[in-house]
Amino acid sequence: MGMTMTQKILAAHAGLPEVKAGELLSADLDMVLANDITGPVSIKEFDKAGFDSVFDKSRISLVMDHFTPNKDIKSAEQCQKCRTFARRFDIDNYYDVGAVGIEHALLPEKGIVAPGEAIIGADSHTCTYGALGAFSTGVGSTDVTAAMVTGKAWFKVPSALKFNLTGSFREHVSGKDLILHIIGMIGVDGALYKSMEFAGPGVASLTIDDRLTVCNMAIEAGAKNGIFPVDQVTLDYEKGRVDRAFKIYEADEDAEYDAVYDIDLGEIQPTVSFPHLPSNTRTFDDIPDIPIDQVVIGSCTNGRISDMEKAHAIMKGHHVAPGVRAIIMPATQAIYLESMRRGYLEDFIESGCIISPPTCGPCLGGHMGILAAGERCVSTTNRNFVGRMGHVESEVYLASPETAAASAIAGKIASPYSVTDGADD
Amino acid sequence: MDVKGKVHKVGNNIDTDLIIAARYLNTQDPDELASHLMQDYDPEFKEKINTGDIIVAGENFGCGSSREHAPIAIKGRGVSCVIAETFARIFYRNSINIGLPILECPEASREIEDGDQVEIDLSHGIIRDITQGKTWQAAAFPDSIKHIIDCGGLLNSIRKDME
Repeated sequence: MGMTMTQKILAAHAGLPEVKAGELLSADLDMVLANDITGPVSIKEFDKAGFDSVFDKSRISLVMDHFTPNKDIKSAEQCQKCRTFARRFDIDNYYDVGAVGIEHALLPEKGIVAPGEAIIGADSHTCTYGALGAFSTGVGSTDVTAAMVTGKAWFKVPSALKFNLTGSFREHVSGKDLILHIIGMIGVDGALYKSMEFAGPGVASLTIDDRLTVCNMAIEAGAKNGIFPVDQVTLDYEKGRVDRAFKIYEADEDAEYDAVYDIDLGEIQPTVSFPHLPSNTRTFDDIPDIPIDQVVIGSCTNGRISDMEKAHAIMKGHHVAPGVRAIIMPATQAIYLESMRRGYLEDFIESGCIISPPTCGPCLGGHMGILAAGERCVSTTNRNFVGRMGHVESEVYLASPETAAASAIAGKIASPYSVTDGADD
Repeated sequence: MDVKGKVHKVGNNIDTDLIIAARYLNTQDPDELASHLMQDYDPEFKEKINTGDIIVAGENFGCGSSREHAPIAIKGRGVSCVIAETFARIFYRNSINIGLPILECPEASREIEDGDQVEIDLSHGIIRDITQGKTWQAAAFPDSIKHIIDCGGLLNSIRKDME
């Protein structure tokens, strides 16, 4: 019996000719990641256990992106703890304010992660890098401590769900709508412990940014990882970013899947996840008038340059509705700069938006856009759990950058077509 | 090892934001984290827990964020074991790694009632509901995970293996 793409990468990193779903193994890691929330716990455990060296200073990334620029004294101390550790061991990939971007936008952009590699991060959205054809998954802080010391992590080899994609998106539909649609279809534990493997002729039509958004939210279906095959789109993206050799893995023809889902990308509609689960999805034929107080466009899910471009195309020439606070958050310094050069930032400001530095802040109710009781936010982030962006009685509606931009203009949850066609569909 | 305590039942898809809200992630202190345990789920929850008590949950317990602060807060509050129908995978490995006892047992999770007195033989995965007089057998841990548990967590097991 053949192996899935994920199984092949795990087998290679465990030094095994083949692996089977359910098998436990120890795999060599190419990159180990932590941030200013999870890193301090890893470092505390590192010190407590009395370790005094790291396995490879070039294979550890510490990214200060969650509560930065520091929101309070305790957050400043957490960053300080990471900074001291990074200096102590001369960690190559330490990113602080001024260079920092949101980790899952930053690592692919810098070429720190590449196809065929095995990556763990103490952040659940580490599954994002599957978009590049890597095995990448979120773990906890203690896993990262162990990995920083040994360069290894333990895994249960996952079985897989296959998503066979055909066709291409209609206008104003993107990766976010696809992944929300899938989570709505299979549920928040629909892929629990499994891989979500994307395949089929439709893959070629998806940009890297679409794929990063899709894999980013694999965890929202409970998945261990999401993964795309490596194709010309991937290779073009990696050109100039990754100069080390990387290996391309493909699923075997006879790989076994727990289920196969056929999805025609042309059928996907702008999709919104209602409170309080990402699986609570609706399309605009089933969305009443819901007034909103805030819009957030950014995050590790949708803060990339194409997201800025799409939001800008909807927003340009319009003004944010009275009573709505619109927060635009380019995910990295490079995206910020490019958005500025292209004139997006000026137009966003003219439209009545505020531009935030790269931070995870509002997505997890940290800072820079917290909601009061009863407030509603349309957000391009990834979670709409109770209290996620602030008060327990606030509400988060997850959507694409285009839907979020259209909603900011309308002052209610609105389809991008309501702006481009003047229609209310 | 045996643990015994009163059961506090919670529902399906209890996410890590509910277990410990992100606004408290500016600390790693177990006592401080424990003082906010399940605050957005039930502000009174932490007051109801006595040391040794047991949480019994439905499906997908601990879904969402990778924050290890969630099992740290539970352990810090003195909860002796979490039983669930299923665990989200990062919460599962975090609990094993930090030495918070967890057991996956769908039947027990469904049948145990809130407030029941439950006794657990952790090394054999035997769950006994004293109030109802029922007993269940939880799924056994694979050997490599059992090794981590027996060592008292991942880092202890690594230190031991290094020796």
